[in-house]
Amino acid sequence: MNYKKLLIIISIFIATILLGVFIYPDGLEERGIKLPSFFDRPFSFGLDVSGGTLLLYEADLNNIEVSDYASAMDGLRDVIERRINYSGVREPRVQINKSGEKWRLIVELAGIKDITEAIKMIGETPYLEFKEIRTEEESKNILSLQAEEAEKENPDESILQIDPYFKQTSLTGKYLKRAELGFEQNTSLPVVNLQFNDEGTKIFAALTKKNVGQPLAIYLDGYPISVPVVREEIPSGRAQISGKFTLPEAKELVTRLNQGALPVPINLISQQSVGAVLGEESIQKITIAALWGFALVLIFMIVFYRVPGFLASISLIIYVILVMSIFKALPVTLTLAGITGFILSIGMAVDANILIFEHAKEEIKKNKPIRISMEDGFQRSWPAIRDSNIATIISAVILYYFTSSMIRGFSVTLAIGVGVSIITALYITKIFLQALTTNK
Amino acid sequence: MDFINRRKIFYSFSIAMIAGSILCLSIFGFNLGIDFTGGSLWEITSLNIKNNTIKIVDYLEDEGLGQINVQTTNENSLILRFSNISEERHVQLFGKLQEIIPSIQERKFESIGPSIGQELKFKSIWAVFLVFFGILAYLSYAFRHSSFRVPSYRYGILAVLVLMHDVVFIIGLFSLLGKLSGWEVNSDFLVALLVVAGYSVHDTIVVFDRVRENIRLKTKEGLTQIINLSINQTLLRSLNTSLTTVFPLIALYFLGPVSIKILVIAMISGVIIGTYSSICLAAPLLYDWAVKRG
Repeated sequence: MNYKKLLIIISIFIATILLGVFIYPDGLEERGIKLPSFFDRPFSFGLDVSGGTLLLYEADLNNIEVSDYASAMDGLRDVIERRINYSGVREPRVQINKSGEKWRLIVELAGIKDITEAIKMIGETPYLEFKEIRTEEESKNILSLQAEEAEKENPDESILQIDPYFKQTSLTGKYLKRAELGFEQNTSLPVVNLQFNDEGTKIFAALTKKNVGQPLAIYLDGYPISVPVVREEIPSGRAQISGKFTLPEAKELVTRLNQGALPVPINLISQQSVGAVLGEESIQKITIAALWGFALVLIFMIVFYRVPGFLASISLIIYVILVMSIFKALPVTLTLAGITGFILSIGMAVDANILIFEHAKEEIKKNKPIRISMEDGFQRSWPAIRDSNIATIISAVILYYFTSSMIRGFSVTLAIGVGVSIITALYITKIFLQALTTNK
Repeated sequence: MDFINRRKIFYSFSIAMIAGSILCLSIFGFNLGIDFTGGSLWEITSLNIKNNTIKIVDYLEDEGLGQINVQTTNENSLILRFSNISEERHVQLFGKLQEIIPSIQERKFESIGPSIGQELKFKSIWAVFLVFFGILAYLSYAFRHSSFRVPSYRYGILAVLVLMHDVVFIIGLFSLLGKLSGWEVNSDFLVALLVVAGYSVHDTIVVFDRVRENIRLKTKEGLTQIINLSINQTLLRSLNTSLTTVFPLIALYFLGPVSIKILVIAMISGVIIGTYSSICLAAPLLYDWAVKRG
């Protein structure tokens, strides 16, 4: 046997064993062998497998510039992630999702016990706004517009909901640097002291300068909590909310503001939750089913194709280990749909091997020497393998963009599975066959 | 086996199937799940929950949830379907239910806003068409040098037609079994479609590839023979591949969790119809289009 080929085969086996340990480090660790922490990362399971909640929030980006959308969404994601971590839910996944014109946040929370708490906390992330008073004329115009609208058969809700007395400014919670508990000098009542960041300070200074003598309303989550009158321009960026708080209320507000005020308001538009019990059972059952299914495929290959079938089986085992390593390393989140996609791709991975063997068989029937039959088999089956697998990948890619996060898993695993199968069929099966036939 | 000369049988079968699917669809429509319609789905369980069903439903209806659709499962749980509710309401209701039945546990809760459902419907239809188009485009490109005796674009168009045939089958299947067995059209349906799309195209292309190769090599023979030969050559491979794909699926059906059983059956059906269509439909159609129209 060619030494070079032998070397390649040995390296493939060693690599495979290493990857096998990567996927299932438990075996070695029980024996006290220490492995780098990279190996310890668990597989990333989707919520429908591990149990948990999926929340879909839609962000209201009406009040900010288009160019700021991306950074607002980033800020939103950071604040929400922080809040969830604070409530103790482990490993939340928060992703930004753009669907047509709508920007959304997908929040995945694994583990069921703290979900209600987490949802409450997210729901309670404060949205702070400063609003300035409208001119009399403006107010009058809006009021008459609203009166008109109310007369109509199908009034436009958005018009009826405009506040006729206060209008929004650009100053919101996203410019808040810090909130602190304080006490009013004379009354000793608890107040909340706000300090804006540099940008916020500038905006606040301009706002106070413009509105000296006028009320400046402070809204929290859409409700006015304090409407102080501006006495003078405030260049320091410090503001005080003194709205008849009890001490616990003030403390809570300070905590919430410090954990992060939302840069934009959000709405919970959909939620799905799966109990952990359901989840764990599922993982076990699927793993067993997958192993059996795989075993059936291997047996079939060996029975039907004999020696090449046996080689293809080994190639398949390497394939499965390789794909699972990719899943673990990236990581790819395995939802139920995703795991099903992977199982499907195992069946299809066999296909490439079968194509090669069938072609090779034909060549052998023409009395060509085995070595050349194999080579030709590979050559001539390549276009079919390439085209059919690329078409499958195209379908997977398109469906990836059009489906939700739980189903996307299917497209991802199928695409990765199909892609890797092309490689293993072509390189690994080929090398084994070549190695074997050189001997003859 | 002579496929070409028996193609009328296959065509009739396919036409009957398509007609059947369209019939089912118009009579039964789709049993749309909340992924598409919006609403809430609540699976609760406890020992002997079935004895308490009426109590639970009465309570929930009193709470103003509107119409409640109840389904019992084999695993001692109830699946309740009603309109979209907020998380607060959900927590509140569950608390009250715990007072009525202390051992009650929640297995699953989903609440989907109606606009999301609309969106999903819209996107799914778009996605299906894009897949058709994508495959058509890719195949026309991949087979571009193969215009000898059969113009290359025909391969792409036929592959897509065959795929549409398979998709219609899946749609009809879900419609029929939606009525008979309560199959819901939700995200599982989309997954089944993807399976069919990927697998059917994969299979069809393998057959076409063999046809084009034989056309190139056997310049002396008639198209009937060439295509028949191509089918017979790929027949074994097609069947074997469908077997190896179906084995894991069968294992999943019998050994896997209940929640994916419907999906697995849909996928197995998809594989079967995909194999059928590539062997018995795709190549004969190619023959008809090549020979009849020249």
